[in-house]
Amino acid sequence: MKQSYRSPHGGQIDRSKLLKFKFDGKSFTGYLGDTLASALLANGVRLVGRSFKYHRRRGIFGMGIEEPSALVQLRTGARSEPNIRATEIELFDGLEAESQHCWPSLKIDIGSSSNLVSPLLPAGFYYKTFMWPKKRWMTYEHWIRKAAGLGKSATERDVDRYSKKYEFCDVLVIGGGPAGLAAALTAGNSGAKVILVDESFKFGGQLKFDNVQLGDKAALSWVSEVQQGIKELPNVTSLVRTTAIGWYDQNMVVALERLSDHLPQPDNYVDRQRLWYIRAKQIVLASGAIERSMVFGNNDKPGVMLASAVRGYANQFAVQSGKRTVVFTNNDSAYATVSALNSMGVSVEAVVDCRQQSPGSEARQHLGNTRLMQGYVVVRAKGKRKVRSVEVSRLINHETIMGAERIPCDLLCVSGGWNPTVHLFSHAQGRLEFDDTIGSFVPGQKLPGIQVAGSISGEFATIECMRQGVVAGRDALLEAGYSERENAPVPELTVAKTTPMQAIWKVPELPKQKTKNFVDIQNDVTIADIELAFQEGFISVEHLKRYTTLGMGTDQGRTSNVIGLANLANLRNENIPSVGHTTFRPPFTPVSMGAIAADEHGKQMGPLRRTPLHHWHEKNNANMQNSGVWQRPYYYIRTGEQAVDSINREARHVRSKVGLVDVSTLGKIEVQGRDAAEFLERVYINRWKSLPAGRCRYGLMLREDGFVFDDGTTTRVSENEYYMTTTTGNAGPVMEHLEFYAQTVWPDLHVHLTSVSDQWAGMALAGPLSRDVLSTAIQGVDVSNENLPYMGYTEGWIEGVDSRIFRVSFSGELGYEIHVPSEYAETVWESLLDAGKKWDIMPYGLEAMTTLRIEKGHVVASELDGRTTAADLGFERMMKKDVEFIGKKLSQRPALTEKGRLRLIGLVSKDNCSIPRGAQIVERSNIAPPADTIGHVTSACFSPHINKEIALGLVKDGDQQFGRVVHATSLLTGRSVPVEIVHHIFFDPAGERARA
Amino acid sequence: MLLIRCPWCGERPQIEFTFKGDASVERPSESASQEEWYDYVYTRTNPRGEYTEWWHHTAGCRHWIKVHRNTLTHEVYSSEPPVHKPREQE
Repeated sequence: MKQSYRSPHGGQIDRSKLLKFKFDGKSFTGYLGDTLASALLANGVRLVGRSFKYHRRRGIFGMGIEEPSALVQLRTGARSEPNIRATEIELFDGLEAESQHCWPSLKIDIGSSSNLVSPLLPAGFYYKTFMWPKKRWMTYEHWIRKAAGLGKSATERDVDRYSKKYEFCDVLVIGGGPAGLAAALTAGNSGAKVILVDESFKFGGQLKFDNVQLGDKAALSWVSEVQQGIKELPNVTSLVRTTAIGWYDQNMVVALERLSDHLPQPDNYVDRQRLWYIRAKQIVLASGAIERSMVFGNNDKPGVMLASAVRGYANQFAVQSGKRTVVFTNNDSAYATVSALNSMGVSVEAVVDCRQQSPGSEARQHLGNTRLMQGYVVVRAKGKRKVRSVEVSRLINHETIMGAERIPCDLLCVSGGWNPTVHLFSHAQGRLEFDDTIGSFVPGQKLPGIQVAGSISGEFATIECMRQGVVAGRDALLEAGYSERENAPVPELTVAKTTPMQAIWKVPELPKQKTKNFVDIQNDVTIADIELAFQEGFISVEHLKRYTTLGMGTDQGRTSNVIGLANLANLRNENIPSVGHTTFRPPFTPVSMGAIAADEHGKQMGPLRRTPLHHWHEKNNANMQNSGVWQRPYYYIRTGEQAVDSINREARHVRSKVGLVDVSTLGKIEVQGRDAAEFLERVYINRWKSLPAGRCRYGLMLREDGFVFDDGTTTRVSENEYYMTTTTGNAGPVMEHLEFYAQTVWPDLHVHLTSVSDQWAGMALAGPLSRDVLSTAIQGVDVSNENLPYMGYTEGWIEGVDSRIFRVSFSGELGYEIHVPSEYAETVWESLLDAGKKWDIMPYGLEAMTTLRIEKGHVVASELDGRTTAADLGFERMMKKDVEFIGKKLSQRPALTEKGRLRLIGLVSKDNCSIPRGAQIVERSNIAPPADTIGHVTSACFSPHINKEIALGLVKDGDQQFGRVVHATSLLTGRSVPVEIVHHIFFDPAGERARA
Repeated sequence: MLLIRCPWCGERPQIEFTFKGDASVERPSESASQEEWYDYVYTRTNPRGEYTEWWHHTAGCRHWIKVHRNTLTHEVYSSEPPVHKPREQE
């Protein structure tokens, strides 16, 4: 198809590079330098989407970030993305886009019948209608969502790469228009480290779209001159396609750089997008301004466009947005659109200006011979599919119009004034002030670290914006500690006088006009909706926004917010500042989840920890599973076995012969110094000074609130050196806890703490034959019962590796924990297995270890759940009476010592059914929930040694109720098992086996 | 993300630190009453404005530091070692 709306000359496009693209399956062409929107307009495509609620036909309205209507589904497959503004998509060869919000097709949209029933769809319709019956909401929501259809997200995995970058600078300049460029060059000349960002693909800001003349020179030549100056400065980084999306504490700005979105797909090894975290000493906010719309009948029809956009399409892309035009404005800026269109040979039928006053001299120059209708307004646009004519009336006052003249046209350019882009200023908690002369909000205070320059301040003249940029750049470099060198050049010109804008927040209606007069065309919010919301009492701006959806969505009301506020203020009979504005929050524009996540997904979300014996486990049929952050062997499966067989085989083998288990995940802390014993005395509830060198002891520590924190064995390696072990899950927290007390509470104690969890691997050799195995494997030390008794410690060499041998037992059997430097773990582990062959040694996993410890009633994290006291777990006699320790005072609180607390007990299944983990314990089996529980199951397993289903649990006064039968009821599975309360040590209560 | 100045390492991002809470409360003596201990563990003022907090430089030098900051504006005023000046390097 020919680009029949493209002028043969002009524009900033590369006509030598013809690009093919598809929109809704139809093929078109455009040029390098086009956006999807400009290319569609060049091809005469007017209808690009359907509206959100009424499914009305919509065309391209703006030309950038403000675009409310032209949202498309871009690309296909894994790269498909919904809700992308056609005005921001840089055209590439082979681009494919689809329109949204319509089914089965854009031209015949079944949903558009909602336009016919629109009197039934007032503000808050969904809130009001789908309230009853409440439980049907899920059904309704499904259809409402389908009807609204905000595009579809890709269902395939994102194939692109994203990254994050952290940067520091002296001056960050946001916006590369006349103000931003002047600021960046001025600051850069001083030697300060400057970063300049602009959302578009080239610098120049509004000057790219406006054919501005500075004296006898085009403003664009000033842009290239300044850009050249910036390029020569090595201390200035310029980033295009980079949007500052939010201001955060301490002057940190997050910016999204779109590295590859303008390409069919990213080049090899190049990210698609990059999120910058820039910490700046000074920020120059030169974010510009965005044009507003006007409220009149059918102001949403395809063919109604912002005057600035029409001008931009003409100047930047040589595209005619229409052939016969009417311009409707309340300010001088729109007049430049007339000359831009005229230069392409497009006729402008009339300029309809609501002001009585004549426009300024520059505007009159742009106007030329075009008909000017001063004091007139456009009342409505007419035409079925798109604009075919407009009706113009004389404006008597804010409520009255007179007469109606019909002017045929296919394009209506509107300008309702300009809104400064104050979002980031607002993120920084800057107060905004309403400026009557421009009818919008501007920064209303000086913020430390932020300079404001250009049209964000409400100053729209190019020369003034440049001057402000120089001042802001200078202030920023001085504040950042640099001295002024050379300012950016600003032409010595006087600013022509303009006639002020005249606010007209809605055009009065003709009698029986019956049109929709839109305020927010993305969310289909009309003047009538605002009036209704007001009548129903939604008079605060925040309520109005949420009730009507005004200013929500992907454009966040860039062209509509102030108009909505003004109309609300009018209804409230107040002025706009007293009505206020809604809060601007980051992000300024939508950001893809990929960029936010960057590398932090999948395995990069959190570290997965492997023990030094991981590879051995993998090679030897271990079933590896995640346990907390660790990967641990659950059991080692043999041919023909089910998991339960392996677990029971391993557990039986440890009690009958000998087994070896990996316990490297234990937390390990070296506690050294001449006050180490005193320190442990204060940290643990039991005694430590009395422990001689070469002995281990079980220790329990409390939190300051009196509840149990952690447990483990600690060994006095030598006089002033202790080797502490913690539970796997608490390795980090215990270290932090000890450091807190050592550094802040008892800084006078000479104690030094070092985490050595990763440096030492641990393995537990357990079973009646374990001494035989160890004495075969070890050299240099006698490990007989006399020389290494229960809870003894010694050192020796296994396969030449320095090994720490602790005679401690978690399984309840004769056993040794052997700790060796991590890098030798596999050597020692294999040496022990070799030595043990004669005694039929077998590795065992976490499941068998759990079975053995439950049989012995040893507590782990399931029982140390942060709600249990030492007494609850049967450790009351361990507590020192005469010495203070952490948590002692509050462990004596009445609530922690009274009767009626949950106490650790054992449970035995009466019907041989397994006891559900986490089950509640109730007195009778047949009571329906909610029922009073007397406790719960903490750990459960099958015990191969007493051949019963057993469990540990916490039961109210359980230690007084041995022999009682109660019921373990799982609300999750609905199972209830009769259980007998017994002592928590099921096996070898006297502990003779470990001491053998 | 805040930048917090560690007296030993300089300004570092917040993710290197672990937050513990109010650093203005003083751990009571052994002889203090249970009420005083209760207040120490549980009672906090939660001010809107200036506050002194414990932060642990977990992913850095592992020192506990006191950070003086503003809970309303998120301004970080200063930070200091818990009780004494940083030890000279030995």
